[in-house]
Amino acid sequence: MMAKKKKAYRLKHYLREELLPTTFCQGCGCGTVLNTYAQAIEELQINPKDIVSVTGIGCSSWIPSPYFKADTLHTTHGRAIAFATGVKIMKPEANVVVIAGDGDLAGIGGNHLIHAARRNVGLAVFLINNMIYGMTGGQVSPMTPLGDKTTTTPYGNPEYPFNIAEFVAAAGANYVARWTTYHVFPLMESIQKAMTKDGFSFVEILTQCPVSYGRRVGMRTGEEFLKYFKENTINSLKAKDMTPEEIGDKIIVGKIVERNRKEFTTILREMNEERRK
Amino acid sequence: MRHKYDEKKIRRVIGEKVQFVQGDASAVYGALLAGCSFFAGYPITPASETAELMSKLLPKAGGVYIQMEDEIASMGAIIGASWAGAKTMTTTSGPGFSLMQENIGYACMTETPCVVIDVQRSGPSTGQPTEGSQGDMMQARWGTHGDHEIIALSPNSVQETLDLTIEAFNLSEKYRTPVILLTDGEIGHLREKCVMPEKGEFEIIDRKGPTVGRDKYVPFQADESLVPSMARFGDGYHVYVTGLTHVEKGYPSTSSAEDHDRLVRRLVDKIEKNRKSITMVEKDYQKGSKIAILAYGASARPSAAAVRKLRRKRKKVDFLRLITIWPFPNEEVRELADRVDRIYVPEMNLGQLVHPIREAAEGRAKIIQVPRIGGPLHTPKEIMDAMRKKA
Repeated sequence: MMAKKKKAYRLKHYLREELLPTTFCQGCGCGTVLNTYAQAIEELQINPKDIVSVTGIGCSSWIPSPYFKADTLHTTHGRAIAFATGVKIMKPEANVVVIAGDGDLAGIGGNHLIHAARRNVGLAVFLINNMIYGMTGGQVSPMTPLGDKTTTTPYGNPEYPFNIAEFVAAAGANYVARWTTYHVFPLMESIQKAMTKDGFSFVEILTQCPVSYGRRVGMRTGEEFLKYFKENTINSLKAKDMTPEEIGDKIIVGKIVERNRKEFTTILREMNEERRK
Repeated sequence: MRHKYDEKKIRRVIGEKVQFVQGDASAVYGALLAGCSFFAGYPITPASETAELMSKLLPKAGGVYIQMEDEIASMGAIIGASWAGAKTMTTTSGPGFSLMQENIGYACMTETPCVVIDVQRSGPSTGQPTEGSQGDMMQARWGTHGDHEIIALSPNSVQETLDLTIEAFNLSEKYRTPVILLTDGEIGHLREKCVMPEKGEFEIIDRKGPTVGRDKYVPFQADESLVPSMARFGDGYHVYVTGLTHVEKGYPSTSSAEDHDRLVRRLVDKIEKNRKSITMVEKDYQKGSKIAILAYGASARPSAAAVRKLRRKRKKVDFLRLITIWPFPNEEVRELADRVDRIYVPEMNLGQLVHPIREAAEGRAKIIQVPRIGGPLHTPKEIMDAMRKKA
């Protein structure tokens, strides 16, 4: 067989190449998200100069920070949205993007998440939900399903997880959706929607962590997770005509909410301009 | 949105040149004159008046005010806004200052200019919200974890609160570091005459921007000043900013002892090596004094009164007031310790700055605490009585 010439990665100009390869584990979904995100940016033709990535602490924060080449603020654990709010107010023309994990945004930083959604700040927030604290080795997170064994729930998780997407929708976000790393094309469209929609946009991206979570719940490979996501999800358009019994334990993917409340920094600017007259 | 410093507009917003206001208000005036264009805060006694006045004046002066969901978020927002190019500030008191500590460390590590005013109140915990104290002197120094150097200033009057707020902005821009202004409930709520400085009576320092092209710019590479130039978000430099230990390019380096040592020592040295120029003290020495009072902030007021009373009784006494608290004015304290036998230190805490004072004095003079807690200032008599007891 002839040796195939290795093709260069088509989107690598969006990455800080000198920092590759990534530190992500084998089978991790973060690479899929990075690829999908870069593809979304490419199709939207957004100049990375006009993007500010703001992240917290955890594996998924490493998706843009440091790998995606744009102005990047890798902040303290849980606080990315607070930092991003400061950036957005002083740079309303920028695409301010927050990418962080479930521990970061739904756990330690939950308060900032709901208040940013309430204010309807023009941020695009991508919550990478791997249902675990992966970087620290697999401790229970606010998104870990009930009963699951983790390193800190050796007898099973006694807590219910958040329905974080519904929660953010209820808090007032302009756009909320949920997808998984299996649904890469609809996910990409959803990322594009979040990037272009005025106001607070939020996409929960279910992803796999075979190393720190999967192997303790019987899913040792990325493929097993993808299969699970494929077989256990229902599109929100279908789900709305189904009874709760019919939906059962299935995960609802797709658009959760879309509305057109005026964006926070726009209101703020208009009010301030009024004062300056 | 780019903030343009418009002095005329700012003066119009501030109003009368001479005003009778409280320290919390003069801090706001100082911030406006210094060019503050972004304020994020959270209500807390006895600092709420700064937020209220900022919310009223800052939009008129061309800036933006936001009330965040807590002090952690306030600190985060001012750091984010600073990277977007703004001069930023937050104000708080003890409990909120505790919540800000992690992000203050982030600002130290990422060299983000910003100003934090801590209107100190009686603690620990919720303590006595309306009572002043000097309980956060050490929290300002060591509240955030890890090796670092910090700049902190402490005013003793409404006028000095204004002057030092301007100074705090300038130092923070010059050294690219958070600067803490340690006022307290007494100075914050005290009403006094306050004169707005004229143009030319104060300096305005802006952070240095990149001087080389985008492909040559190395974000955390410093020249002999040890302070790197700062690229603003959105200007195409693709800056990577992280609280992780990083190399000059900004990229993480989490397990190299050399990289960590090089970075943290530079962060410390850029302040430490400029200790002399950052240090501000007020000295009032008499030839032949054997005793001295060393004070700062609100407690310097009854201390100065005690000095006057003692001198009226023809007693010789030296007086040293620290205006810069951190980096600590070691040399000035040592010089005083060389002059006298005993130094009395009235503090509104059970002993905080007395420790670096002892360390700086190196046993050359006896250091005697005059502590007071629970709100009211020391009386001059109380200080004089303490001095008589040991005399």
